[in-house]
Amino acid sequence: MAFTFAAFCYMLALLLTAALIFFAIWHIIAFDELKTDYKNPIDQCNTLNPTVDRVKKIKRVRLALKLVLPEYLIHVFFCVMFLCAAEWLTLGLNMPLLAYHIWRYMSRPVMSGPGLYDPTTIMNADILAYCQKEGWCKLAFYLLSFFYYLYGMIYVLVSS
Amino acid sequence: PLICKFPLTAPSFDFASDRRCTSGDSSSTTTGSASPVPNSYESLEGGSYSGTSLQSPPAGVPAKLAPPFGYNYPTMHPAYQQNPAPKPDPSPSHGGYNPPGYQPYSQVLTLLSSALGGLGGVSELEAETLRPVNLLQERNILPPKRAPPPEPNLSNDLRKVNCSPDTFRCTLTNIPQTQALLNKARLPLGLLLHPFRDLTQLPVITSNTIVRCRSCRTYINPFVSFLDQRRWKCNLCYRVNDVPDEFMYNPVTRSYGEPHKRPEVQNSTVEFIASSDYMLRPPQPALYLFLLDVSHNAVESGYLNVFCQSLLDNLEKLPGDTRTHIGFVTFDSTVHFYNLQEGLSQPQMLVVSDIDDVFIPTHDSLLVNLKESKELVKDLLNALPGMFTHTRETQSALGPALQAAYKLMSPTGGRVSVFQTQLPTLGAGLLQSREDPNLRSSTKNVQHLGPATDFYKKLALDCSGQQIGVDLFLLSSQYSDLASLACVSKYSAGSVFYYPSFHHIHNTAQRQKFQKDLQRYLTRKIGFEAVMRIRCTKGLSIHTFHGNFFVRSTDLLSLANVNPDSGFAVQMSIEESLADTSLACFQAALLYTSSKGKRRIRVHTLCLPVVSQLSEVFAGADIQAISCLLANMAIDRSISSSLSDARDALVNAVVDCLTAYRANGSNIQPSGLIAPAALRLFPLYVLALLKQKALRTGTSTRLDERVFSMCELKSQPLQQIMHMVHPDLYRIDNMTEQAALHLNDSVIPQPPLLQLTAEKLTREGAFLMDCGSVMYLWVGKCCNETFIRDVLGFPNYASLPSNMTEIPELQTTYSERTRAFISWLYDFMLTLTLMQLFFSRDDASTKTSFFQHLVEDRTESAFSYYEFLLHVQQQMSK
Repeated sequence: MAFTFAAFCYMLALLLTAALIFFAIWHIIAFDELKTDYKNPIDQCNTLNPTVDRVKKIKRVRLALKLVLPEYLIHVFFCVMFLCAAEWLTLGLNMPLLAYHIWRYMSRPVMSGPGLYDPTTIMNADILAYCQKEGWCKLAFYLLSFFYYLYGMIYVLVSS
Repeated sequence: PLICKFPLTAPSFDFASDRRCTSGDSSSTTTGSASPVPNSYESLEGGSYSGTSLQSPPAGVPAKLAPPFGYNYPTMHPAYQQNPAPKPDPSPSHGGYNPPGYQPYSQVLTLLSSALGGLGGVSELEAETLRPVNLLQERNILPPKRAPPPEPNLSNDLRKVNCSPDTFRCTLTNIPQTQALLNKARLPLGLLLHPFRDLTQLPVITSNTIVRCRSCRTYINPFVSFLDQRRWKCNLCYRVNDVPDEFMYNPVTRSYGEPHKRPEVQNSTVEFIASSDYMLRPPQPALYLFLLDVSHNAVESGYLNVFCQSLLDNLEKLPGDTRTHIGFVTFDSTVHFYNLQEGLSQPQMLVVSDIDDVFIPTHDSLLVNLKESKELVKDLLNALPGMFTHTRETQSALGPALQAAYKLMSPTGGRVSVFQTQLPTLGAGLLQSREDPNLRSSTKNVQHLGPATDFYKKLALDCSGQQIGVDLFLLSSQYSDLASLACVSKYSAGSVFYYPSFHHIHNTAQRQKFQKDLQRYLTRKIGFEAVMRIRCTKGLSIHTFHGNFFVRSTDLLSLANVNPDSGFAVQMSIEESLADTSLACFQAALLYTSSKGKRRIRVHTLCLPVVSQLSEVFAGADIQAISCLLANMAIDRSISSSLSDARDALVNAVVDCLTAYRANGSNIQPSGLIAPAALRLFPLYVLALLKQKALRTGTSTRLDERVFSMCELKSQPLQQIMHMVHPDLYRIDNMTEQAALHLNDSVIPQPPLLQLTAEKLTREGAFLMDCGSVMYLWVGKCCNETFIRDVLGFPNYASLPSNMTEIPELQTTYSERTRAFISWLYDFMLTLTLMQLFFSRDDASTKTSFFQHLVEDRTESAFSYYEFLLHVQQQMSK
């Protein structure tokens, strides 16, 4: 039993995946809040007065939307780590998500800054539903990969 | 087809119930500028229209059709040409467009309905809209006059108070119960709104408490139910609410204890004067800023003269009160501000040349009170056109100028009107030419329909946040990347105007259009810092909005400015089954600050029946609304995906819908292309949409014109779009008094609508085409000389000038009759002044623009109507 580079990668990935799970949950909550906004009667009494509650919520949504780029970078980072550690199977399992991220960022709306979501189209029901579904799928993927990394780490530690 | 014809003795039904808002609130003032409500004509007319059948040619038309005017005709299917013998139609109620094949069926129905007594009306209506029509065999599917929208199948009481279809329309007047049923019908469900329309009568209510549902915040409306004197049940969320004490008193009858007689409950369109609960800050004054391009190109086009003159003429009529503020900024490669402070002897020009970081030179005197500084404003407007005549500056720093405008306006908000004549070339937001002229007529994909930069969008969102609306006037002969520039208006709830190849002398038609647009633009009503919320019955939800605005939340639109000429479309979806309700309601509430500084809420409520049968869904389809909604969806599609995708989607919409109808009705003959009567115009309208500048391929279309057409389709109200897409064609040289409309001692002849095909044009006639914002008059070579002399005021055809834009006022009956008809057409439009007349003779240059509206004809790259039907049929059999 020795502490190899591969084991280190798995440990790092484990920690980072925990962070990604947190991001995904935040993402889901943010989009749900966008969607169910109108069901909050307090906001509705006065359409122009942003209540304290509302401002907090908007901030939360904005933060979640800003987390997109860090999420992608983290994922790219441990993919590169696995590449260096020659963990081909793990890398292969992550390839589809990596490809998806690249595609998603390439097909983003015209924007000068970094970012993925366009405030003028985000309220479209189709896009909102798509983003929500995306959040759930990612959550599932990260949860599964969390356990896989745990297994991978133990396996590498035991076998070497 | 059956050609036998029986006299039809159907019980007559009124197309036009009185949908006008009845006034009647003692505590109110009535607002609204005095444009006539189109419906009043219909109600005057009642059911007394004695039809001149479309099938019988109008008197005086020679039976022989003139040879085609250089256009190709499709070879016609034999059955297609088989016009039934002309026959006067004895039925008054259907306006005489009962095609053959219908009578035996309807006679049975008539018998049935007469057996049922008075209940006949509704089932008759439904039977008529469901009557199967074989599109391949029936040539004359156009109604003799512009058809009114279908009436929802409601009880008379509800129908009477329902919202006017000019303001609020639904694509399906029978709402399907479930999403599954909606999917089966393959028709889009959505609303078309024209919320800030000019109304002649509008009940305005001032009260301390505005009664709203406690849980969903719906405004009380005619469709709520009163459980007893003190409680009412919301028709959207079904919550039971208390009736406040104040509401028990009725100011109209001055009686107590009759809450259901209050004006809010008697009218589906009402306006409330809002209390301070509805204000975030004190209501803002009217604020107008004009941002003028004064580069060489702009001076050359001469628009400044026209603009300054127009503003001088209308300075008194700008909507506002004593607090109204006005300001001017001009720009070329630098930005110029004008100090108009009261007390100065003449306007002071301040130049900011640092366009990378533009700043406001002085804060308090650039936007000045119009009343106090009126003389200075007039001086400036008189001087402006001359100030830049010798400019050599060709650059345009639009981006920095807009940033300056934003900084100037952000403390209060208001309206910025931008006049631009070229591609912005300096500073932030500069653009490159993206159009390849060689690809203008390509049938492949059209590129660059979306913005090149998000600068204008971001700026618009900032403006929207500060309640600034930006209206764009683009007057340019070169490509100016409207796709990017239009974003500044799109997301700040502004409007876009475009005058291709504008020149004040060389292009009189464009100049006149610009003048008339400006006249309307400067004097029309305006609402500031507005929001619009759309609520609907529980179970329904909003899918997508179309129009110019920023969507703030699922059902809330933020409109920095709202004007009476903009329309909105909303796509809906059914999330929960509506099985336990028989009525679905929609409520649009527009909260705005009037130009007089009053906070007001305009509320429109529409009520529609819910149905469970597919046939009923088809029967209630409103084909004009469906076409408009589809046009909006197609434009979104062409920007997000591609133009060819959008075109395919439109064709598929027809194919799917007709397939769904065929699958549903088992009793109809399998051959031919069968559509229910309610949808018989569907293929025609879709074909017309495909031939619009926005969506056509193959015909040379400049990118800016295409993008402008898209902007128009997305932001215009329904009537305007329908006139644009499928104009009305009339023959006007032989109008008779027969079947004419008598209105305040003037006689308005009613020529029948003609199909949009060159086949209907004869050399002996004169034809008028009404496209909403423009009218064309086409005079044939052998047109009778009396018409040319008595109406146009010229001795013969040869002496007609090529660029007439008005019909002279001659003292002949012939002329009076024609002018009465044309002004009657004007009145139907919402925006009275956006009108123009072109005379296109055989050899005139406007010929192309006239002929491109003949959508039923084949062009080099597009189907004729008949070919399109065959194409649809072929797609269906796949």
